[in-house]
Amino acid sequence: MTTSHVFKPNMPPPNMAVGPVAWMRTNLFSSWFNTLLTLLALYLIYLIVPPLLSWAFLDANWVGTTREDCTKAGACWVFIEQRFGQFMYGYYPPQLRWRVDLTVWLAVLGAAPLFIPRIPRKVVYGLSFLVVYPIVAFILLRGGFFGLENVATSQWGGLMLTLVIATVGIAGALPLGILLALGRRSKMPAVKVVCVTFIEFWRGVPLITVLFMSSVMLPLFLPEGMSFDKLLRALIGVIMFQSAYVAEVVRGGLQAIPKGQYEAASAMGLGYWRSMGLVILPQALKLVIPGIVNTLIALFKDTSLVIIIGLFDLLNSVKQAAADPKWLGMATEGYVFAAVVFWIFCFSMSRYSVHLERKLDTGHKR
Amino acid sequence: MQNQIGAPKGFSLTDPRVRAWLFQIITIVVVVGLGWYLFHNTQTNLQHRGITSGFDFLERSAGFGIAQHLIDYTESDSYARVFVIGLLNTLLVTFIGVILATLLGFVIGVARLSPNWMINKLATVYVETFRNIPPLLQILFWYFAVFLTMPGPRGSHNLWNMFYVSNRGLNMPAALKADGMWPFLIAVLVAFVAIGVMVKWANKRFEDTGVPFHKFWAGLGLLVVIPALSVLVFGSPVHWEMPELRGFNFVGGWVMIPELLALTLALTVYTAAFIAEIVRSGIKSVSHGQTEAARSLGLRPGPTLRKVIIPQALRVIIPPLTSQYLNLAKNSSLAAGIGYPEMVSLFAGTVLNQTGQAIEVIAITMSVYLAISISISLLMNWYNKRIALIER
Repeated sequence: MTTSHVFKPNMPPPNMAVGPVAWMRTNLFSSWFNTLLTLLALYLIYLIVPPLLSWAFLDANWVGTTREDCTKAGACWVFIEQRFGQFMYGYYPPQLRWRVDLTVWLAVLGAAPLFIPRIPRKVVYGLSFLVVYPIVAFILLRGGFFGLENVATSQWGGLMLTLVIATVGIAGALPLGILLALGRRSKMPAVKVVCVTFIEFWRGVPLITVLFMSSVMLPLFLPEGMSFDKLLRALIGVIMFQSAYVAEVVRGGLQAIPKGQYEAASAMGLGYWRSMGLVILPQALKLVIPGIVNTLIALFKDTSLVIIIGLFDLLNSVKQAAADPKWLGMATEGYVFAAVVFWIFCFSMSRYSVHLERKLDTGHKR
Repeated sequence: MQNQIGAPKGFSLTDPRVRAWLFQIITIVVVVGLGWYLFHNTQTNLQHRGITSGFDFLERSAGFGIAQHLIDYTESDSYARVFVIGLLNTLLVTFIGVILATLLGFVIGVARLSPNWMINKLATVYVETFRNIPPLLQILFWYFAVFLTMPGPRGSHNLWNMFYVSNRGLNMPAALKADGMWPFLIAVLVAFVAIGVMVKWANKRFEDTGVPFHKFWAGLGLLVVIPALSVLVFGSPVHWEMPELRGFNFVGGWVMIPELLALTLALTVYTAAFIAEIVRSGIKSVSHGQTEAARSLGLRPGPTLRKVIIPQALRVIIPPLTSQYLNLAKNSSLAAGIGYPEMVSLFAGTVLNQTGQAIEVIAITMSVYLAISISISLLMNWYNKRIALIER
């Protein structure tokens, strides 16, 4: 006699254990205190989000050409649309703005292969890109060669100027910072003292005073008759300032390399420069890439300070446009726009830095 | 000892010691040469422009008004006094900013670790929003888009008839010195001495007998009761002066000018985002095993937090926290963007423009910031040494 047992199908789990209700019970209402916090958070969201949404989108004015076209209660984005060119390019002549666009596209296209894994000769390509691109960019932006019309740096402005200062700043600060970091870890007391003094000096003062210094004191330091334009002076200040921060980041990487690597390099008979260049720095720099991206973010935010010495970067363009009598009362829209632009850049860089940190987190953990 | 290894006798460029000397001599020559070159250029330039260097200008009368000064100031006062006013204003912003940013930052940092999903996400949004917007932009936003667009004193936002927010700033009651001031201060001092004695006694009793004593509550009690007695006997230490609307502006009370409000708000909000991240990583750095170990020793949640988790978290939190304070002090120089009269905008801005003594003014300004940052980092090194883990 055989009996076959037929199992009943499994019951679905009770509503209280899985699904949205259970999720809410564990994450939002697990105790009376948590319930209180949730209600508080909901109240905060209620206070902030609906007015913000209606100001920025629902009640906003999107079409028009003048201030009078902004009839609804919300934001007047017409202002941003009308002044968009100024915010992006400053006083760069409108008919020549294609050169700026081209420079940006060249950067994007040229750098793209570097982000694709498994591309042959990546290092050679990267280095030649780093050498060739700045020259091309300089010629394109400033002109004066190959029949390109010269555009004085005083006409540069907007987001373009912000990007120029940030990229030149970090590109100039990297080599200087690496040298300073090596110098700081040197066994030669004179070199070490010079580097430590340099680094600590720039790290101790605010960037504003550095910019003041480069705009009022640099002309005094130079021989008679020699003068730099304003942008170059600001760039020198920014590079000096930033190199100190880069140096500290790189020093962290150098310290993280185990002593065995230094000893191994010496045992191979490599001299100082070759052991640094072939053994230590490739490992140390790989470790500090996230840190360098973080200093780049700080630098990007700091570029807004050139407003103090009268350069028209994105923030200053917005400030100036908001002071225009034709567009009085548009300060909020202008600053919100600038904030969104800065935020997009900084946030994506910080995400990238987090991503790199995860990707590079190999090999050194035992 | 005739065949010493290495170190060949005589002069050779391949000898590392000789090279080290050579390198250092070259470095010193370059640095000194560069310094002399710059100095020489500066001297000639100054001569050509007819600027006399030196610090005599500090004695001269400034001749301009300042919107906010913590000490008495008239237009005939010297530049040296202007410098002191700027320095005090910088310190004021830093002081208020540090306190507010620490409070806000700790709250948000703890909120980011909350098991409550909503609170957690709100805190994350806060941090990611505000730390990715340049502080100068935030300052300009608060100043131009918020405070300057507020209604005038007549239409000001009113809070309990004590605080008024308008485009002239924040008006609030002023605490003026009354008869009970000195007894009150002495009473506070006495309370602190009493707390010290109490703590010492409680610690000794705990060492001897193991019986704990509620030091915190007893201390709080002493701090409340003794000054309260002084108030009862000698009268209140202060009397309040309320701001009153007369004509087009407020009379009486204290006022925080809109520049100061915008600056402290922006710096607080910006720095708090960074402090929140520091607090979060500090608390997360204490491994869960520590909590479990404390619980298995029989400590209850409260003492576990106070005696095990927080001391270890603080060791991770405090060094980056001080560097954030330092950043806040340095960022207060961004006030130059809205004309709040602190060190940089007042001294390196107005005074420099009036006197033309670029080198002296910039040198003084920079040395103030250097002095602040060096003293804080010395303090930090001392603290780090004190709390460093003593490893076996």
